[in-house]
Amino acid sequence: MTASPTTNKNVQSVSGITVRLAGDSGDGMQLLGTQLTNTSALAGNDVATFPDFPAEIRAPRGTRAGVSGFQVQFASEEIFTPGDVLDALVVMNPAAMVTNLSDLRKGGILIANEDGFNEKEFKLAKVESNPLDASVIEETYRVVKVAMTKLTRDAVSEFGLGTKLADRCKNFFAMGLVYWLFGRSLDPTLRFIEAKFGKKPDVAAANVAALRAGWAYGETTEAFGESYQVNAAELVPGTYRNIMGNQAIAMGLVAASKLSGKEMFYGTYPITPASDILHELTKFKNFGVRTFQAEDEIAAICSTIGAAFGGTMGVTASSGPGIALKGEAMGLGMILELPMIIIDVQRGGPSTGLPTKTEQSDLMQAMFGRNGESPLPVLAPRSPGDCFDIAIEAWRIATECMCPVIILSDGYIANGSEPWRIPALSELPKIRVSHPEGSDGSEAYKPYMRDENLARPWARPGTPGLMHRVGGLEKEDITGNVSYDPANHQHMTDTREAKVAQIANRIPPQDVFGETSGDVLVVSWGGTYGSCHTAVDRIQKAGHKVSHAHLRYLNPMPSNIGELLGSFKKVVVPELNKGQLRMLLRAEHLVDCLGINKVQGKPFTVTELVEQITEIAESAKNQTPSAGGVARSAS
Amino acid sequence: MSSLPVLKAADFASDQDVRWCPGCGDYSILAQMKKVLPELGVPREKIVFISGIGCSSRFPYYMNTYGMHSIHGRAPAFATGLKSTRPDLMVWVITGDGDALSIGGNHFIHMLRRNIDVNVVLFNNRIYGLTKGQYSPTSREGQITKSTPMGSIDHPLSPLSLALAAEATFVARSIDAHVKHLGQTLARAAAHKGTSLVEVYQNCNVFNDGAMAYAQEKKQRDDNVVELEHGKPLIFAKGTKGIRLVGNHLEIVNTADVPADDLLIHDEKSPNPSIHMMLARMSYPEMPEPIGVFRAVENVETYDDQINAQVDLARSTKGEGDLEALFASGDTWTVQ
Ligand SMILES: Cc1ncc(C[n+]2csc(CCOP(=O)(O)OP(=O)(O)O)c2C)c(N)n1
Ligand code: SF4
Repeated sequence: MTASPTTNKNVQSVSGITVRLAGDSGDGMQLLGTQLTNTSALAGNDVATFPDFPAEIRAPRGTRAGVSGFQVQFASEEIFTPGDVLDALVVMNPAAMVTNLSDLRKGGILIANEDGFNEKEFKLAKVESNPLDASVIEETYRVVKVAMTKLTRDAVSEFGLGTKLADRCKNFFAMGLVYWLFGRSLDPTLRFIEAKFGKKPDVAAANVAALRAGWAYGETTEAFGESYQVNAAELVPGTYRNIMGNQAIAMGLVAASKLSGKEMFYGTYPITPASDILHELTKFKNFGVRTFQAEDEIAAICSTIGAAFGGTMGVTASSGPGIALKGEAMGLGMILELPMIIIDVQRGGPSTGLPTKTEQSDLMQAMFGRNGESPLPVLAPRSPGDCFDIAIEAWRIATECMCPVIILSDGYIANGSEPWRIPALSELPKIRVSHPEGSDGSEAYKPYMRDENLARPWARPGTPGLMHRVGGLEKEDITGNVSYDPANHQHMTDTREAKVAQIANRIPPQDVFGETSGDVLVVSWGGTYGSCHTAVDRIQKAGHKVSHAHLRYLNPMPSNIGELLGSFKKVVVPELNKGQLRMLLRAEHLVDCLGINKVQGKPFTVTELVEQITEIAESAKNQTPSAGGVARSAS
Repeated sequence: MSSLPVLKAADFASDQDVRWCPGCGDYSILAQMKKVLPELGVPREKIVFISGIGCSSRFPYYMNTYGMHSIHGRAPAFATGLKSTRPDLMVWVITGDGDALSIGGNHFIHMLRRNIDVNVVLFNNRIYGLTKGQYSPTSREGQITKSTPMGSIDHPLSPLSLALAAEATFVARSIDAHVKHLGQTLARAAAHKGTSLVEVYQNCNVFNDGAMAYAQEKKQRDDNVVELEHGKPLIFAKGTKGIRLVGNHLEIVNTADVPADDLLIHDEKSPNPSIHMMLARMSYPEMPEPIGVFRAVENVETYDDQINAQVDLARSTKGEGDLEALFASGDTWTVQ
């Protein structure tokens, strides 16, 4: 039995739809977006999302600053981005319309809550007159004006809610309409309403009524001639769920904890967009996860190091400003040579910057943001689902090499979501962790002896005979005693550097999408994977010799990177910063990389990448490999 | 079960040379610690010393236990992470007045209010020793130091007042030169469950020599220091003077002039910290300064017990974490 009605209208089959829902931050757009995403994923589509919300919790209502948006692309083929141009845009008020309209394609569907368009709202949105009335709007788009507030009130009137509560249901009305338009089943959302509002039967019933009313409006009104159908995508067989980046990191950490037989301590201080990792992990106490909300980021990482010293795996996370505070302690973690994971969910910087917007500008901070020579491994997930694998990989490296490992995520990945194929436990790597056993203490313990990975032993306090002292002062080789000996400092600095460098031998070589030589190599890292991959795919299909290498390991980089860079006439590095990876590649490999750089708090659109990379590919085509001053040496 | 080997003070000495200036008060604190620990019957491997940065913070290197010399001011945070995950260990935090109250002020407060079961020894020499003689948050107003040639204009901070304001469950003070008292106080701190804070007046004979001579020197001590004992009246100056509570302040009286039960009787167990706070505010030269245990409140839950209790509770109610079930939670679908 299904609770979802079926349509009598024409259904047009399309391969993918990009829709953005935009309204005031109090309008429930994020909820609407998440529901649409889950429903589409359950229908078997591939989905990718991009939530975009203001930094203020209650930004002034009705203003442009208060607009909250949620974009989702769902498709019957594999997709890697939430889409550039919108096929449909739902706007709840004038501010949402004027700030989002430029992304709607010509001929796209604009659904507007007519009731949100009045003199008061025009003033708040700082528009002279009703933007819906402009003749160019009707000419350019398929405009559907719906009196959502009134229709919602009518639909829920029988439940006797006050006007305020009744009006809150209008996002469910909008949802119903959108579901009708795109042939989505109401069932998952009906289940959601039951689970969320079950204890308040009148609210639940009102939301259900609003949802159904929205659906019925689409079915009965003449405004829409047809609805659309996006078939299931052909994904790798398996069981899937929808997952957000921060959720995936939390789950990856818990998985690694189980795989390594190590309990986990998570010390952190709330900061956008990292806080959700804490919220997720607090649910996993029955996995032995101890979460600690510290008094600040410094205490957060210090508590993490304290736990690691005690033999428990320590994890901390923050965003750029908090990572800056953690710098000194990261250096201590490095010289103590204790395993831990430090997650930076990057956001727009510098300083407080753009807290809710995405950027990739902490790479240099991760690489060098500590005093002294203190290299640390740096990894970056490329998508929400990849956060799971990166968390396990970081755990493996940290325990195998006895050192802190940095994960560079970003706001786009953290809040974005995609279908995630649930792995079987047998597919996950084993992580072997051991602690030295006790001794009778007749010989002084040597806490800085090293194994083949140059890792020192992880001796746990409480073990007889292994008493030792660690600290931030330079250590003497092997004994770990304080040492100011010049030659020893050189040796220890070199050893710590070599320990990180040799990780390159134990990670997979860099893979390439496309040929391993050609005109242009696009090199990217982190959350820009989807746009870069999609762009290169299109450029290749247009006949250009362009390939794509996406780095998940930033320090050390895979050992074949130098050779790869040298095999193309031009190297292009798109980044949401002013050229940080480009600087590293140039410095390390003497390759004159070109940058495509954007710092607008927004991800790349595929279109802008296609344009710029194609231009470079055109110019590279006629260039002989030695011309153009492109250094091709790889060291 | 085999009985524990009997340890001596010397067993707690590490093989590292102690490098404090000759005559530094730190030596005496180290000696008392080595003397007290064997009496506690805790094996060496179960003891961890965590320090920040400063002369005093070199302490862990000199103890044959587990230890961590961390970063300036943050020892409480390291100790929190360690104790939360390893409640079986006895954790000591070693800190200085600059370390605990200046750069580490925030962590100091939060460690105390959380009541983590660690023992804190705060070496107070009212100066920055390691950085060679700048004034500290406990330096007296007007003090001439390297960084205050015209005299310090900061109002000094009392670590004990601060601790009491944070509702610390164990607050005490002792003196480096008063070795017997120091040993006893450390032993009581070790026995306390919850954060125990012992402020130790410690002479920095190089940069602040004699700053607390009024309390350290035998000759002056009797007149300037009042020893607190639970249930006993506050008497000093060889029994000739006492402390009386009048209205909302404390005053000095001659014991000959007032009936004995007019004197303030010390109650370290009072859950209300108001009188403890008054004691902490007694300061030389207007008043004698109390040493001993100001406050010792038992049965307040510790942070480490509670964080672990939540894990146990989650395990007993939800069952041991199951990865497969976790992955599959929420809406899932299958692609053939
Ligand atoms: C981040 C940081 N800032 C400053 C210092 C320099 N520093 C080291 S110890 C110290 C003050 C120590 O004074 P105190 O805690 O009273 O200890 P003492 O040396 O007197 O025992 C300072 C400022 C440092 N090591 N780290
Ligand atoms: S400088 Fe002062 S505190 Fe430091 S070791 Fe010397 S005497 Fe002791």
